[in-house]
Amino acid sequence: MLSLLRWVIARDLTLAIRRRADVLTTLFFFVIVVTLFPLGVGPEMDTLRRMGAGVLWVAALLASMLSLGRLFAADHLDGTLEQFLLIPQSLSVVVLGKIIAHWLVSGVPLVLMAPIVGLQYGLSPTALLALLASLLLGTPILSAIGAIGAALTLGLRGGGVLVSLLVLPLYVPVLIFGAGAVDAAVSGLGAEAHLSLLGALLLLALVLSPWTAAVALRISIE
Amino acid sequence: MVPQKINWFKYSSPATFYFLAGKMIPWFAGAAVAFFAWGLYLGFFAAPTDAQQGEAYRIIFLHVPAAWMSMFIYVVMAGWAGLGLVLNTRLSSMMASALAPTGAMFTFLALWSGALWGKPTWGAYWVWDARLTSELILLFLYIGFMSLQATIEDPRRADRAGAVLALVGVVNVPIIYFSVRWWNTLHQGASVSLTQAPAMAAVMLQGMLVMALACWMYSIAVVLARVRCIILERERHSAWVAEFLEGERQ
Repeated sequence: MLSLLRWVIARDLTLAIRRRADVLTTLFFFVIVVTLFPLGVGPEMDTLRRMGAGVLWVAALLASMLSLGRLFAADHLDGTLEQFLLIPQSLSVVVLGKIIAHWLVSGVPLVLMAPIVGLQYGLSPTALLALLASLLLGTPILSAIGAIGAALTLGLRGGGVLVSLLVLPLYVPVLIFGAGAVDAAVSGLGAEAHLSLLGALLLLALVLSPWTAAVALRISIE
Repeated sequence: MVPQKINWFKYSSPATFYFLAGKMIPWFAGAAVAFFAWGLYLGFFAAPTDAQQGEAYRIIFLHVPAAWMSMFIYVVMAGWAGLGLVLNTRLSSMMASALAPTGAMFTFLALWSGALWGKPTWGAYWVWDARLTSELILLFLYIGFMSLQATIEDPRRADRAGAVLALVGVVNVPIIYFSVRWWNTLHQGASVSLTQAPAMAAVMLQGMLVMALACWMYSIAVVLARVRCIILERERHSAWVAEFLEGERQ
């Protein structure tokens, strides 16, 4: 089982490295969205400092959602996905591997980029640390929940828009606790409570969503 | 004498249920009209004017039942969808699809009437209160369910994909609800508390309960009518529909 998991992750990472443009597009989308906000609301540092965590989190949500289409679509087109359905091991393990690979490709770069972009919003070191921790815990949840949406909309007309409609309402708790962690850290309350809740959500998502997404994949493929 | 058992599975066949639903609709529709008339009479004439809120409070006779129904219908819808997924019964999935528009309508009604009530009472159409926000997200969940089903052309896949989504939503709704509540309480002191209702006059409570019953009856009647349409549409290639339509034409 573990070897299958390792194999799926390694395979998806290799594919991602061969098509670097996709990874970079997601990352630059994130940076551009974050850059647009000061242009829209004005450059007053006080406002930006208060909005910073929320803006970064919303941008991360959108960027992660944007890359969901790639999760299963390419494998579906060339028939690999059907072979995955036929292997004797559990499909959930394959899906879990793909979720982890998706997070490594689209989540981790965002996490690494976020403190740099956060500096533009004048976030304090405490806030940046909390932001880093919350994104590190939160972005895997986004990939996990998103996998369900991607599996449900596989091969549909206008699937990209539809997936946002399905997935974004389910992202709400992650957004609230993620941005809340930064706010709590800034106001001196400490981010532990929010981070613990994010951790709990992460465990729940990692247990339930590969299985759910596997069920959804079987429905979509048959 | 052995008491005869009713074979409930007989009614899980769309062909049987179609006619059963047809017989039930007038009763539920009639009950809905009667309860609405009674409830509106209580709400507009029998209930006294509220000391603090004036006449504006009367919107709760529609608002509260609509909010109840919006949440309850989502759970019922997910229940039917799950039943359809597990037992592979066509009728259960059709019920789930038929419930979604009614649920979305009540969610919208609850939000809309709440906004109209909020303006004179709180001075704003919309505040980011925990209840308002989670009701809005519930509306998004309904819309997601309906648009997923509308996009998928194969009805079997639409049923089952919708069922997965509805069940994921049911798991998530409590999490969303509590996260929104904590988010709200963490950010600002609660300026508006809906949880502590002032002791309500008995006639007001009675009016609200009657209106809730009316909304129930209305929902059942409308959902049954809608499921009849869905049955006809999905089963249009079967023999009984052809016979039935032939009979209607004459």
